[in-house]
Amino acid sequence: MATTLPPPQVEPQVDDEEDLRPHNGNGGGIRGTAPAGGDLRAVKDPRGEPTRTGIWVGLSAIAMMFAALTSALYVREGSANTDWHHIVLPRILLFNTLALIASSVALEVARRRVAGFMRGQDSSRSSATVWLNLTMLLGLVFVVGQYLAWLKLRSQGLYLPTNPNSSFFYVFTGVHVIHVLGGLGGLTRVMVKFRSAAHLLRRSTIDATSYYWHFMGMLWVYLLFVLWMKL
Amino acid sequence: MSEAAAHVVHHGPPTSFIRKHVFSLDHKVIGKQYYALALLAVFTGMVLSWIMRIHLVWPNAPIPLLGMLSKAGAPGGVVTPEYYLSLMTMHGTLMVFFVLTNAPFAAFGNYFLPIQIGAEDMAFPRFNMMSFWTTFIAFIILVTAFFVPDGPPLSGWTAYAPLSAVGKDSGPGEGLGQTLWGLSIFVFCIASLLGSLNFIATTLDLRTKGMTLARMPIVSWAWFITSCISLLAFAVLLPACLLLILDRVAGTSFFIPSGLNVSDHLQPHQGGSPLLWQHLFWFFGHPEVYIAILPAVGIVSHILINSMRKPMLSHKTIIYCMMGIGFLSYMVWGHHMFLSGMNPFSALVFSFPTLMITIPATIMTLIWLGSLYGSNLRINAASLFCLGFISMFVSGGVSGFFLAQPSIDIYLHATYFVVGHFHMVMGVAAIFGVFAGTYFWFPKMTGRMMSERLGRLHFWFTFIGTYCIFMPFHYLGLAGNVRRYSAFTDDFLVPLMPVHKFITYSALFTGAVQLIFIYNLIYSRFKGEAASENPWEATSLEWSTPSSPPPFDNFGGVHPVVYHDPYQYGVKSSTGDYLMQASPERAGETP
Repeated sequence: MATTLPPPQVEPQVDDEEDLRPHNGNGGGIRGTAPAGGDLRAVKDPRGEPTRTGIWVGLSAIAMMFAALTSALYVREGSANTDWHHIVLPRILLFNTLALIASSVALEVARRRVAGFMRGQDSSRSSATVWLNLTMLLGLVFVVGQYLAWLKLRSQGLYLPTNPNSSFFYVFTGVHVIHVLGGLGGLTRVMVKFRSAAHLLRRSTIDATSYYWHFMGMLWVYLLFVLWMKL
Repeated sequence: MSEAAAHVVHHGPPTSFIRKHVFSLDHKVIGKQYYALALLAVFTGMVLSWIMRIHLVWPNAPIPLLGMLSKAGAPGGVVTPEYYLSLMTMHGTLMVFFVLTNAPFAAFGNYFLPIQIGAEDMAFPRFNMMSFWTTFIAFIILVTAFFVPDGPPLSGWTAYAPLSAVGKDSGPGEGLGQTLWGLSIFVFCIASLLGSLNFIATTLDLRTKGMTLARMPIVSWAWFITSCISLLAFAVLLPACLLLILDRVAGTSFFIPSGLNVSDHLQPHQGGSPLLWQHLFWFFGHPEVYIAILPAVGIVSHILINSMRKPMLSHKTIIYCMMGIGFLSYMVWGHHMFLSGMNPFSALVFSFPTLMITIPATIMTLIWLGSLYGSNLRINAASLFCLGFISMFVSGGVSGFFLAQPSIDIYLHATYFVVGHFHMVMGVAAIFGVFAGTYFWFPKMTGRMMSERLGRLHFWFTFIGTYCIFMPFHYLGLAGNVRRYSAFTDDFLVPLMPVHKFITYSALFTGAVQLIFIYNLIYSRFKGEAASENPWEATSLEWSTPSSPPPFDNFGGVHPVVYHDPYQYGVKSSTGDYLMQASPERAGETP
């Protein structure tokens, strides 16, 4: 059981000693993150769950970073006199987009199945595992697809320094893919924990991973739009 | 306070040396590690400033050992003009990133934020450890620049493009040295983002029972607001550094314009925008000023209330002012660029919110002064440094009024006036906050008191010394003394040399008296008088821990409960004139 902290309270007067029983899980805290038996299925996350908060905070930083990159693109376009050469985006990007959106759907299904398993509605892990695997597969398809898109540009003689358009293309897609790989890492963690005999997966972990993953999908649609409009 | 310990399964503290002192997950150890790193950086940066000051007034004097560090930059120990710029760059980078960002925010914040809100650690201890060690790697990368063949970069801590972007052609140090700088700051950004994320999640989610947001001490609020600012600011500097590194190593042209000829070499770049770097950098750079100063504002307010033994006129207004400053800090970056060649009309747009920042800053100052008026201030080293902070904050802040106006800035831009301004309001004021925090929290961190006599001596020497250094800078600036020159040989600058000499003597003196502080720190750590449980009779939760330093889980397996606003001073209670946050007693109940 975790040595966790009571969540934030709103009531001004505190005299209810009963509520001081320890909550389960301080969300990533080191000092006892698992109950004695190890089974986290029955554990209810406290109201203020740092993993969920943390992921929103992290996503806002990532959003800010891409906002900065977008504004850099606009400023750079404004300063370009002769070197702003439009590039034709590789068609495979559309396929990649569909793969990433499909993976988000798959993850959402997986998340519900995992929740069902945790609540005891589902007795076996297998259906959730299938959807998690599918998410992972589609994510990998996206990454490979992005690589193919780079190869396509290279075959046209468009490298990172060739012109600002190709520079921004590689930077936007590269930074995004690094974040997607981070998401795949998170997904692997979820899968390993979900398969563990001791039921080490927390709801908040898969929730946070899925928020991150959906955000990567939305971010990609936004980036594709910007790239399509400006490059 | 409730005994919840019975239900709790503890994972005990680590026992191995490595996990306990090096790769520790304990926020208190990490806080001390940040503090130690900041100390190392501040002394390195201070020695660099000494070398610069000595070179400015005795340009041909050989500086011992310097010749060994860089044969090309300082042949025989005599600093070349290029090496002067390298020293300046490293001084600025070390001080701004590794001292002013680390000491008041990461060091004290790590140590005391979780304790003040009643948590047993940060929300993500592993991230916390990673933040520190990533910062440490950034520090090592930066310092490595001293030892590469061409030495450290010379483009200033602001690394203005295209100077910072074109590579070796633009001067010694602009090869590998500048790349290392970019890499170091890139890594530092990642560390800061991780740290900010941790602070925010901790503040929002790990507050103990009864610790509502409104009941958080000012200084916890300051760390929280600072982490919000830091999160969004470093998220912009990170991609900016990426683009700068790509311009340098991958041949892209984000910041390098067409037809740029440097050292008779036509640069193979086209179409880039040097102004883009300035926009991205200052979008980070101005909020960075508040990342440095707001934690100090918090520390000082927290300590002053304790020393005055009465609540501030309105400590919540100070919190709102900090929020206001944080919000406005994102709208003013262009005031660093009045003369950069951007549209002159946009100067007005940036000037207006810049002047608006003076409103919350003035409100804060008036609250401090108004609260101090008529109070029985307990004078000690910590409260003296708080008063010193207010003095520096006002003296340095007032010159901001001048610089915020584009028409005046045309004259004062790039003169020593600017140097004086930001050193006082950002550098010295924030450092005074760190000193105040050190004297105040040392008993909690070590269980021993620092020497009060040495502390006061340290304060008076430092206070007078810093004024002697930085006040004349304003005069020099008004007299037209430009900054970044390594020697003053122009006719109109030569008569100013006596002032420079005075500043150099003052700098050597002020730097040397910091040894008093270091001695006090080390001596008191081992031989200092044992501290009582709550030596300052303070109210916040850090003084409710069962021991000093606090045990591994801060409250010894107990979850503290908070019953009061943070500053119950000047009340009647069984403890005296104050009521601790964790005390269930009501004010005035005691017979």
